[in-house]
Order: sequence, then structure tokens, then C-alpha cells
Amino acid sequence: MENFSIYLERVLEGLPATLWATGGGIALTIVLSFLAGIALLSPSRTVRGLVRIYVEGFRGSSEVVQLFFFAVALAIFFGLPWNQTAEGLLLIGIIVLGLNHGAYGAEIVRGAVQSVPKAQREGAIALNFTPVQRMWRIILPQAVVEMLPPFNNLFIQLLKGTALLSFITVPEMFQKADELRAVPSFANDLWIIYLILLVIYMLLAVVITLVMRWLESLAARRVGRSVPSREKALARGAAA
Amino acid sequence: MSEPSETNNEMIRFENVVKRFGSNTVLEDLNFTVAPGEFVTLIGPSGSGKTTILRLVMTLEKVSEGTIYVDGKPLSHMPKGGKLVPADEKYLREARKSIGMVFQQFNLFPNMNVLRNVTEGPIRSLGQSRDEAEKKAKDLLELVGLTDKIDARPTQLSGGQQQRVAIARALAMEPKVLLLDEVTSALDPELVTGVLHLLKDIANSTDITFLCVTHEMQFARDVSDRVMMFDGGQIVEDGHPEKIFTDPDHDRTREFLQAVLDRA
Repeated sequence: MENFSIYLERVLEGLPATLWATGGGIALTIVLSFLAGIALLSPSRTVRGLVRIYVEGFRGSSEVVQLFFFAVALAIFFGLPWNQTAEGLLLIGIIVLGLNHGAYGAEIVRGAVQSVPKAQREGAIALNFTPVQRMWRIILPQAVVEMLPPFNNLFIQLLKGTALLSFITVPEMFQKADELRAVPSFANDLWIIYLILLVIYMLLAVVITLVMRWLESLAARRVGRSVPSREKALARGAAA
Repeated sequence: MSEPSETNNEMIRFENVVKRFGSNTVLEDLNFTVAPGEFVTLIGPSGSGKTTILRLVMTLEKVSEGTIYVDGKPLSHMPKGGKLVPADEKYLREARKSIGMVFQQFNLFPNMNVLRNVTEGPIRSLGQSRDEAEKKAKDLLELVGLTDKIDARPTQLSGGQQQRVAIARALAMEPKVLLLDEVTSALDPELVTGVLHLLKDIANSTDITFLCVTHEMQFARDVSDRVMMFDGGQIVEDGHPEKIFTDPDHDRTREFLQAVLDRA
């Protein structure tokens, strides 16, 4: 136990990389989810087909293999030096996390957009909005409310997925903790080291959930719903 | 004031219009015209194609065959190389400018307050400035009796109030043609009269052309210049409301009106 502060310090050395991977991955996930999700609803068969290939390709194949594919195979194939530095590897990690979770997010966006009543689209046509205005000003603000709870799950998945970046030696938290395993004198304290790691991931997940809940109530208020029903149910549960 | 043309005595023209949904033919070779400023009510049993006619004029549906003209211009098709081809989005945007619609379920935007619901169309589609649009919207909301609800959300309003906002929203687009699709069917009975009175006032004080689907026969009789009775996607009878409601030529019309009376 006397080495606790050493363990904590070493694990936290990986925190910046984990945060960058999570933040960057979430940002890319959001962009790809919206682009691909809306493209899945395109009237053009070709567009839908191409996006379908992206979604199924990334959902259906292993994230670990994707990491090696980008970090090793593509680097060799194109002669790119991007796997030479920690920053380059982190960037590869962010891209793979984003592409992967964007494929799941695309279905979330598509489903949420489709859940907005058809009458809303027709009301917007009757006011002669362009297709872009219909989507941006009428449909999406309402669809976002539906998207936030599943996106919360997805972002937590992404956070936990950042540990996979240790496979391509990104110096994130799990990589840092795992390095301690190589020190023989720490062998009896491995449980502490991994426990520290678990607690930090959990705390980060709580932060994501709190932010998403806040966004959810904000978005719900914007469409004239006071409190999402789930929170009401929770409040009732707490009162009982 | 529309520009003079050979069609200036026709605001709406259906020419051999056919509408099918899959193998189900909803409208069968339909021909009729509506004059500028005329208030025409479509009556008939459900499934007779009345609402489909309004949805075709609003371009929410596409014709299967035939052509619809609004204000002298083809609506569903655009002239190209001497022929009429199915209209693209840009052409539809232009064509829709003269048409407005009030829906059974109001279709207000829950992500905007009452004022924004009324101003958003004029600002985005007609290019009005916010000040101009808000000034007009406030006048319209006064007309429909909702001045005190300008900042409210649609969800905070009663059905009748929501439908008044929807009427103001449609009028703000300054349509030449206004489509009313069973606008009181979703309202509590005690709210119906107020909305109908409002519509009657508007019909009497503007030169807008109305195409109205309703089951409120007294209203249809009071306000219409013409009533068309539909059944099975075809016009059974077309005439002055007094004639249709008191002495219809067709048994089918008589049966329908009797059924409506029995229900009421």
C-alpha cells in the first residue's frame, strides 16, 4: 500500500492521452454519426449504399484489428510515418474510435430522425422550407432529444474502448498501468493498480453521463417538454 | 391581383388527375377547376380521396397521372423542352409559394414558441426581415385572438389555441390558396365553434381561394361558394351548398348527408 501514490501518479500520466482519445473520438463520432445518419435517409440509392458499407464495415469488424490496420498496414502501404510518434499513434486511435463509434451513432441519428412525426416534415413543406431548412430547423432539434440517451451509452463505450489503444502503444492509462506489471516488486499490488484504473474510468463515465443528462434536459426544454420521463421516473423512485 | 393570362379565372385546375397508392386507386381521372377567391368544400365518406386532393395541391403527394395547375402554372410538373416533366425541388419551391395549408393535427413546431412558429416561414421562405415578419405575425396573432400567448410553447396551448396559431402561421405566408384539412376534427367540441367563426371571418374578408375538407356541414353550408361531394375518388355532385344540402341530385349524396346527420 505504501506505493499507492506511485501507482496513482503513473496511471494518471496516461490520463491526458485517455482524455484526448475520448474527447477526440467523441467529436469525430458526433460528426460522422450525423453525416452518415442523415445520408442513410438520402433519396439516392448510391449514397445510402456507400454509407451502408461504411456502417456495416466498421460495426462488423474487430476494433483491435482496425487499429492495427490503420497503424501498421496502412502506414506500410502508403509509406506514412504516422506510426512513429506517440502523437501520431494517438491520432490513429482517435480516427479508429471515431470511425467505429460513428458507425453505431449513424443508426442512432437515423432512428431519431425517423422518430420525428411525419407531420412535422409536412408542416415545414407547407411553409415552403428547403430540404436543408426542414432538417436543420425543424427535424433535428426534435430528434436530438431522442438521440442523447443512446449517445450517452455510446460515448461511455468509447471511453472504455480507449484502453484498446494500448495495443498500438498509445501511452494512455491502461498502457501506463500495464507497464507497472513488469516491475516484480509491485506484483502483490496489481489488484490496487487495476482498481485505481477501474475507479478512474468509472469517474470519467459519470462525468460523461452528467454532461449528457444536462444536455438532455436542455434539449427537452427546447422542444417544450419539461423533464424527460426517465428522470421523472427516477425522481419518483427516489421519493418512494 | 394576379397577372392577366388565359387562365386567370382559374386558381386551381385538376386535369385528368389519377392518384394511386400501390394497386389502390384513390383518385380516378379527376377534372375540376376552382375560381380565384372561391371557397370550395369537399365532402364525402372517409377514404373518398378528399384529403388526398389537398395533399396533392400542397405537393405532399405526387400525382400518378395527369396535371394540377395552380394560378395558371403546372404544379406537379414543370415545362422543359416543350414538354411537362416531373417537377424538381427548386421548381416546387417556387410553385408552393402561393399555397398554404392548415392541418388536422396543427403540425406546429414544438421547438419554437408561438411567435417563431408564425415568423419562421416568412423569414426563411419569403426572405422577410425579422422585424417585418414579427410585426405581421403580431397582427395575425391579434386577429386569431392570441396576443397574450406570443411567448408560449405550442405544448402549453389548448387544441383550439394551437389551431389558431396554425391558421395565423398559414396566413403569414400570404397564400393565394389556403387548404383546410379537417381543421376542427381533432378539437374538443366546445372549441370547434370559435375556430370555425374565425375561418368564416377570414374567408369573408380576404380574396384567398379556399379548398376545405370538413365534416362540419353547417359550416360548409354557411361559408362555401361551392360544395363537391366525393365518393370512390370521383366527384358525385358539384354545386351550390343550398342545393347540395337541401335538394341533392344524387342518392349517394343524400345517403351521406343523412348518415352525417344521424351521427350528430
